[in-house]
Amino acid sequence: MSDIVEKTLTALPGLFLQHQAASGSGVPRVSVSSRLGSLIRSITALTSKHEEEKLIQQELASLKATVSAPGTTLRLMKECMVRLIYCEMLGYESSFGYIHAIKLAQQGNLLEKRVGYLAVSLFLHENHELLLLLVNTVVKDLQSTNLVEVCMALTIVSQIFPREMIPAVLPLIEDKLQHSKEIIRRKAVQALYKFHLIAPNQVQHIHVKFRKALCDRDVGVMAASLHIYLRMIKENPSAYKDLTGSFVTILKQVVGGKLPVDFNYHSVPAPWLQIQLLRILGLLGKDDPRTSELTYDVLDESLRRAELSHNITYAILFECVQTIYTIYPKPELLEKAARCIGKFVLSPKINLKYLGLKALTYVIQQDPNLALQHQMTIIECLDHPDPIIKRETLELLYRITNAQNVSVIVQKMLEYLQQSKEEYIIISLVGKIAELAEKYAPDNEWFIQTMNAVFSVGGDVMHPDIPNNFLRLLAEGFDDENEDKQLRLYAVQSYLSLLEIEHAFYPQRFLQVMSWVLGEYSYLLDKGTPDIVITKLYRLLMNKSTTSETKAWIMAAVTKLTPQAPSSKTVEKLIQEFSVSLDTCMRQHAFELKHLRENVELMKNLLPIDKSCEDLVVDASLSFLDGFVAEGLDQGAAPYKPHHQRQEEKLSQGKVLNFEPYGLSFSSTMSSSGCTGRQSPAGISLGSDVSGNSAETGQKETNSLKLEGVKKLWGKEGYLPKKENKAGNNPELQPIAQDSTLVENVDQMIKKDQSQSLHHSEEEAEKQRLASTLFVGLGSESAVSLLGKTDTVSHKFRRKSKVNDIKNREVTSAHNINCSSFNPLSNAPYEDNDHLNNFQDKGDTRLKKCSLGSEFLESSLKSESLTELHLVDNLSACSLSSPSLFEDNSMEIFHPPHSTVSSFANEITLTSSLLEELNEQVHSDLVELCNNEMLKVSSCKIWKDDCLLLVWLVANKSSLELKSMNLEITPTENFKILEQPGFCFPVIEAESTKSIQHRVQMEKPFTEEGLSGYVKYQVEEDPYIQLEFSLTLSLLDFIRPMKICTEDFGKLWLSFANDVKQNLKMSDSQANLPFALKTLQQKLRLHIVDIIGNEGILACHLLPSVPCLLHLRAHEGTVALWFRSSCSSLPDYLLYQCQKVMEES
Amino acid sequence: MIKFFLMVNKQGQTRLSRYYEHVEINKRTILEADVIKTCLSRSKEQCSFIEYKDFKLIYRQYAALFIVVGINETENEMAVYEFIHNFVEVLDMYFSRVSELDIMFNLDKVHLILDEMVLNGCIVETNKARILAPLLILDKMAES
Repeated sequence: MSDIVEKTLTALPGLFLQHQAASGSGVPRVSVSSRLGSLIRSITALTSKHEEEKLIQQELASLKATVSAPGTTLRLMKECMVRLIYCEMLGYESSFGYIHAIKLAQQGNLLEKRVGYLAVSLFLHENHELLLLLVNTVVKDLQSTNLVEVCMALTIVSQIFPREMIPAVLPLIEDKLQHSKEIIRRKAVQALYKFHLIAPNQVQHIHVKFRKALCDRDVGVMAASLHIYLRMIKENPSAYKDLTGSFVTILKQVVGGKLPVDFNYHSVPAPWLQIQLLRILGLLGKDDPRTSELTYDVLDESLRRAELSHNITYAILFECVQTIYTIYPKPELLEKAARCIGKFVLSPKINLKYLGLKALTYVIQQDPNLALQHQMTIIECLDHPDPIIKRETLELLYRITNAQNVSVIVQKMLEYLQQSKEEYIIISLVGKIAELAEKYAPDNEWFIQTMNAVFSVGGDVMHPDIPNNFLRLLAEGFDDENEDKQLRLYAVQSYLSLLEIEHAFYPQRFLQVMSWVLGEYSYLLDKGTPDIVITKLYRLLMNKSTTSETKAWIMAAVTKLTPQAPSSKTVEKLIQEFSVSLDTCMRQHAFELKHLRENVELMKNLLPIDKSCEDLVVDASLSFLDGFVAEGLDQGAAPYKPHHQRQEEKLSQGKVLNFEPYGLSFSSTMSSSGCTGRQSPAGISLGSDVSGNSAETGQKETNSLKLEGVKKLWGKEGYLPKKENKAGNNPELQPIAQDSTLVENVDQMIKKDQSQSLHHSEEEAEKQRLASTLFVGLGSESAVSLLGKTDTVSHKFRRKSKVNDIKNREVTSAHNINCSSFNPLSNAPYEDNDHLNNFQDKGDTRLKKCSLGSEFLESSLKSESLTELHLVDNLSACSLSSPSLFEDNSMEIFHPPHSTVSSFANEITLTSSLLEELNEQVHSDLVELCNNEMLKVSSCKIWKDDCLLLVWLVANKSSLELKSMNLEITPTENFKILEQPGFCFPVIEAESTKSIQHRVQMEKPFTEEGLSGYVKYQVEEDPYIQLEFSLTLSLLDFIRPMKICTEDFGKLWLSFANDVKQNLKMSDSQANLPFALKTLQQKLRLHIVDIIGNEGILACHLLPSVPCLLHLRAHEGTVALWFRSSCSSLPDYLLYQCQKVMEES
Repeated sequence: MIKFFLMVNKQGQTRLSRYYEHVEINKRTILEADVIKTCLSRSKEQCSFIEYKDFKLIYRQYAALFIVVGINETENEMAVYEFIHNFVEVLDMYFSRVSELDIMFNLDKVHLILDEMVLNGCIVETNKARILAPLLILDKMAES
């Protein structure tokens, strides 16, 4: 049929002329002589945009006159509406017509009414005020006896409807669910779907009716209800598990061809319906073996039935494959799905190839072997003429990158970047390269070169975290001091040689990075005197294209270098030049530098070498100003009130007239000048020093200023998640004309790599070689070879400060290996597992399992023993969710039994040994949950940094074997259990104990909540015996201290909107600050950030990472608590806990 | 989710546009011009799915007319690709041998057909008879 369409459309120019004569056969075509026709014709005839605008403005003017004329017939009005729609489509607003569209819907007769509704749905948006005027019409039409009108009303409701008016039509629409006509029921369900979209709370009570719609005798109504279900299941899969059977049955019927023939599309039964159902099954079966079990059959059948080679069957197959890889895996199905992916990837049709790559990217995280199977195809796709295919391939490679193939993959990405000019692609790809380089860099040289390429290409559009992370990495260094030095030295050398190039253009961000590194680490150069570096920086400073922000950076670098070259002529020149600069910021820096130079000793103390990471002690309470404040107060100045207090007073006073005379205004010039100094970008402000305060004050000031110069820019701020990606609205695109050197830079990089890894000989051989470099480290065999080799390179570029993080990662990879002994799918490569070495020595798998199990427990306990999690790391981890092979692994992880030694006597030793290990970790006592003559279940809470770890000990007290012991936790919406909630031991030997662990996180805050579950077991062939138990978890189990500094606290405090205040009356002995703080620290595990006078600030976070801040003030028998958090309900719950512990104490 | 449904001819003239997320009128024309430029730059051998900004474009060409659908990552590209064809088949059935002219001069009816098929960015109906039923009734009423 498409042939016919195409033929017809090709004959278009001819038709255009003949059209009037040969009007179409079936439906009467609108004559070309109609007004719309003449409008379109005259517009088509125009050549310029300007003429079009003129014509449309004329048209709009005449339309305006027509629609507002009282005598206009509805028929004409309908005509006008279509023309208005046409004008809006061309981009000319015609808001004068909106009200008439509503009128037409109200007054018109069927077709006119329909066009009125159509115009409304096209013109108005969800929150348009005119929409309210439509409600009456809709209500009237819903009650009409004419089905066509009811239909129209339902259609418009399901397209656009004001949220607040839903109650007005809801009962009418609910009635329609029982209508005898299929179309009315179907449209009613669609309308309810709309309500569910815009106001889910309002349709909560009709969930039963949705179920009825799902079981409707008509396919259309059932299909309509699936949209609602897909949405609801996405939000909360556990609530709809019971419907799995129904969905499976429906899909079976559809696949089996039980639907009426008119639902077929190219003889495939209802393909879009099938896709919808497959998606729902995927969501339901995810991480749930039982539900998945139900779906295996129908998935198998879907795969089998979809053998026809029409495009649409491929769409179904693709969905099928995704579902199979989403649900709990079944080896046979996976195998079939993998074969299916092969069909896609190898297809000559480009669209199918794309789908195949997409599917591969999706499944490769679970089964890297598939990449090996299709490696040659992937290599071909890498050089595919279609950039879209290339990009999808790069996405795939990104997922399988490891330490061995990183340089090839990054090189491929850089090649792609060179051809691409689209900002969005650059941003995303540059981010990926930076991430891979940081994770897997093979050596210093490569790392710096790669990052140079990233900065050159990414320029000013890339995410600001990239340069920030890079500098942080350089500054904080790694474990090996020597290695650090080399890396920094290499960076300095490479930047100097880059600056050597004449007329080179570098993005501003890159220049900033360079100037910071040169300022900090030029001292590492032996021969080069700092003077040379300063000269280079000076030249940059004088460059016209350098922005003032960058200039501030360069100036800071020069300032840092000056103590090493105190008599530099260039610095003198620079000071002279900028002391008269029009840029006040630069002028200030120049003055600072000038004054500092006069006292070289002071300057050396002030700007020490390589101390960018040292923390400075700052007198945050500004006690040295006390005298000044006292003086001010003596002279009648008003005492300082904190911002919030002023705000409150302003609010309370705002409504009444102020009859009091205005007080003396306290001159704030001093403090404000200090403020501006602090906010200047490079921040080396000597405001008070210049203004001639006492030497001591000056010293202190400058001390704190040094802190700002470094910290503000490179410290934690870069990791704060509030940093927006400026790239999107940054109009400064990198000038393309100038980037010849930029390209060169990348070229260099690429050439270097090419000479390393590629030789252009025969094409095939090259591909083979590429394949071997790309896919190294993947698959089972190489994974085995990796076992013995501890990869030291891979964590070379990891930050020291993220030790915690790395340890976590180790744990995760240990998990992976854990699974691999159970699950053939997880042959993931992994890194740095010291404790894997000893496990490899032991040949026996069983031994491996348990030794690894205990190793894991030990290592996890050790690594987690730092009870305070660094906020910044935590937050940055949130904002930069790095989709690495391990972190995104959705494979479910369960912990193998702690010990398989079978002796009842061992229970005590086991328990005690467990507890011994636990002693390093904060944990609760072992609590007995339930027991009978055969079995005892006890549990213990371990408060780990990232979750609550529940350890269940199941002891077999009898002398018989217990079979198929199941321990299952009932899922509740308040908790998230990170592992499979159920666990099964095929056998528990007589008198032995097994342990199971679950990591639990909180989903919604609560005070106390029970977690229940049951154990089920069988003795010989007797029926199952079930024991139920429950365990109470409280909010405090999920509260962890949050270690942040006062400065971060201040920033966070301002950024949180939810606050709760409460005054607690206490006896005088209790209402002192130290006591209150101690109570909160001990009982609630809050972190004391700072104590200032009689006020204290504390911070904690609710797992996984909801921060909550507390400000506490003790005053005359009351303690004022003030909470702020990003979560609305958390402060209330926490307040309750605080009250409780304070009263108890 | 489907974000928008466009019919644009080779000259860049929009023949139909339907947005399922609110977009300002002036931004629409800019987007449409850019989208058609992107589609025109691609050859027949190239893939019909384009990664465009943070969403994807699925396009199909019928003579001089492009049908372009913008989707987000939750949608199945091939299913949307075939959906476009299904839409054209419906038009073909209604107009019996549809041409660009039919679409131009029956803007309202094409919209009505599309509204039966896509609601709130979801594909809601693909059965041709059911899609056309409401429109055919209206036509009948108008005749009598």
